[in-house]
Amino acid sequence: MKNSLNIIVVAIMMISIVSCKKDSKPNYQYMPNMYEPVGYETYGQYGVFPGGQEAMLPAEGSVPRGWMPYDYKNAPEGYHMAKDSLRNPIRYTKSNEENGKALYDIYCAICHGEKGDGKGTLVKREKILGVPSYDDVGRAITEGSIYHVMYYGINSMGSYASQTNENERWQIVQYVQKLKADLEGKPTRIDTDVVSVKVEETAHSATEENHDNAH
Amino acid sequence: MKQVKYRNSASKLLLLGTVFLFSLLNPVFAQEEAVSTEAAAVETAAGGDVAKGEALFKSLCAACHKRYKKMTGPALFGVTEKHDREWLYSWVKNSAAMIASGDAAAVAIWEEYNKTPMNAFPQLTNVDIDNILAYVMVPKAEPKVVTEDVGSKGGSDSGVSSNLVLAALALVFLMLVVVLFLVNKTLRSFAEANGVELSEAEARTPIWKAFVQNQFLVLVSAIFVLLASGYFVYGYFMQVGVDQGYMPIQPIHYSHKIHAGDNKIECKYCHSSARVSKHSGIPSLNVCMNCHKSISEVAEGTATADYSKEFYDGEIKKLYKAVGWDENSQSYTGETEPVKWVRIHNLPDFAYFNHSQHVSVAGIECQKCHGPVEEMEIMYQHAPLTMGWCINCHRETNVKMEGNEYYDKIHKELSKKYGVDKLTAAQMGGLECGKCHY
Repeated sequence: MKNSLNIIVVAIMMISIVSCKKDSKPNYQYMPNMYEPVGYETYGQYGVFPGGQEAMLPAEGSVPRGWMPYDYKNAPEGYHMAKDSLRNPIRYTKSNEENGKALYDIYCAICHGEKGDGKGTLVKREKILGVPSYDDVGRAITEGSIYHVMYYGINSMGSYASQTNENERWQIVQYVQKLKADLEGKPTRIDTDVVSVKVEETAHSATEENHDNAH
Repeated sequence: MKQVKYRNSASKLLLLGTVFLFSLLNPVFAQEEAVSTEAAAVETAAGGDVAKGEALFKSLCAACHKRYKKMTGPALFGVTEKHDREWLYSWVKNSAAMIASGDAAAVAIWEEYNKTPMNAFPQLTNVDIDNILAYVMVPKAEPKVVTEDVGSKGGSDSGVSSNLVLAALALVFLMLVVVLFLVNKTLRSFAEANGVELSEAEARTPIWKAFVQNQFLVLVSAIFVLLASGYFVYGYFMQVGVDQGYMPIQPIHYSHKIHAGDNKIECKYCHSSARVSKHSGIPSLNVCMNCHKSISEVAEGTATADYSKEFYDGEIKKLYKAVGWDENSQSYTGETEPVKWVRIHNLPDFAYFNHSQHVSVAGIECQKCHGPVEEMEIMYQHAPLTMGWCINCHRETNVKMEGNEYYDKIHKELSKKYGVDKLTAAQMGGLECGKCHY
C-alpha cells in the first residue's frame, strides 16, 4: 500500500514536470556559441539598434539595386499623365503573361477576383467592398494607369511597390490587360518576336538583382 | 530519433484530455448571424429599392464610402439632406465636370477631401442613384444587445447542464462504491451469523521480499530498467535544441486562421520575400494596411468562444497605433512604433537555408514545412527543423525538372547514372555537406 502510494506520488511529480514545460520559451541548446551567429541575425534583438531591433527601415535615400526612378507623381495629375502616356516597356509574351498570372493570383485576385471582375474572396465575404471590375467604363483603365495604381495605390487600395519589383509589376499589368480584354470580349494582345528572348533574360537578371537586395 | 517527435506527448495527452473536458463544458455556440440586414426592416424608404441600392452601393461605392463612417470619401448617411437630388445625380454621373464648371458645393467638397477626384459613373441611371440613396439613408441599426444576451445565457445554461451531468455521474460512482462496501459488510455479518468460516489469507512472504530473493528476476528487471531509462534519457537529449511546438506570445495577436484559413489570403501576399530571398520576411505594416485601411473592425462572425470581437478589434487598434494611422482623419500621423514580433523559426548559424530556392524554384507548398498554418490561431513551429528532417525530405522529394532548360543536360546524365526517370534532391547532391554547411 505504501509502495503504491509512492509510485503515485512519483507519477504525479513526473506528470507535473512534463506539463510544466512551456511552449512560449525556446528550448535549451547544446553549445549555443555554435548556434548563434557572429553577425546580427535577421529579426534579432540587439541593444545596439534603436528600439533594440535588427529589423529597421533602410537609411533615408537608400535605393534598392536595379531600382529605377518613377517620374509620375502620386497625385491625380500624375495618375492622368500615366494613364495617357505611360507604356509597358516589356513585351507581351506568353511567359510574361504566365508570370503575371502567378503574381496576380497572389497579390490581386484576393480582392479583384481571378477573372478581374472585382469578386475576389474578400469581396464575396464582404470584408472589402466596392472593388471595381476591370471593364468599368468610368475608370477605363490603361497600361499606364494600372501600373501607376499598383505603384502608389489609390483610395482604399494600398501600394504594392514593396511586394513586387518593376518587372513583376509590368508582368501583372500585362495579365490585367488580358483579363480586361477577356471581360470586354476582345482578343488578347501577344507580341511574337525574336526580341522576346532577350527581354526574358533582362527580366531574369532584374529579378536576381532584386533578390540580392532583399537580403 | 523518433522519440524527439513525441517528446512532449505526455503533456499533449494531458492537454488533449483537458481540451476534451473543456469541450464538454463549453459547447461551441454557432453564433447565429443576424440574417436580416437593416434593409429588410426599412423596405422602401425614401422612394427607392433598398435591396437593389445595397447591391449597387457594395459593388460601386463601397470602395471609398461607408454609410456611417468617413473613408476615402465622406460618410454618406444624411447626404440627401445636404444636397438636392438633381445635384446628386449630376455629381455621381460626372463630378469632375461639376467641379470644372465651378459649382460652389462641388468645389467645396473637392477641396475638403484633398482634391481626390470621385470616379465618374456614367452607367448609373437616376433610378439606380435613387436606389443607392435609399440604401444610404437607412439609419444605423441599434447594436443587437438583446439577441446577444440571449445567446450568452444559452451558452452558460448548457454549460451548467453538462456540469450537472458530470456531477450526477460522480455521484452515481460514489454511490456504487458505498453500495459495494455495504454489500461486503452485510455478507460478512451474514456469514458470521450463520457460522460460516471465512478463509483468512495465510501469512505469506511479502511479494517484495520474494522478488529480492529471486536473483534472476532482479537481474532481468535491472536490465529492463536500465534499458528503459537509457531510452528516455536518449529521447530527452535528442530534443535539446529542437524547438518543435515553440509558440511564443506575439505583441499583436495575429491569427493565421482568420487570414490564411477563413479569408484564403495567399501566404506569399504577406510573406512576399519568400519568393525572391533567403528569408521569408515578416511583412512590414504597410502590407497589413493594404487591407486594414478599410477593415477597422472584425465581423460578428469572426469572434469565437475564446476570442471576442472586442479582443480582435483591440488588436487592429494596436496595428493602427504602431503604423500611426488616425482612423478619424483617415490619414497617417507619422508617429510610428515598431512591432516587436518574436521570431519562431530559426536555424542555427551553421546551417544555410534559402526560402526562394524552395518556394520559387522547387515550388514546395509552405505547409510542407510550416504545417497547417491556415488552422493556427496562434503560430507555432510545426516541424522539428532538425537535420534528419531536412535529409528525409531531400531523399523523398522528386525535383521539378520541367521548364528548366538550362539544366536539361545534367538532369539527363544523372537520370542515366541512377537509372531513374525522376531525380530526388538527394540524387542531385542534396545530401552533400557543403550544400548547407559552409
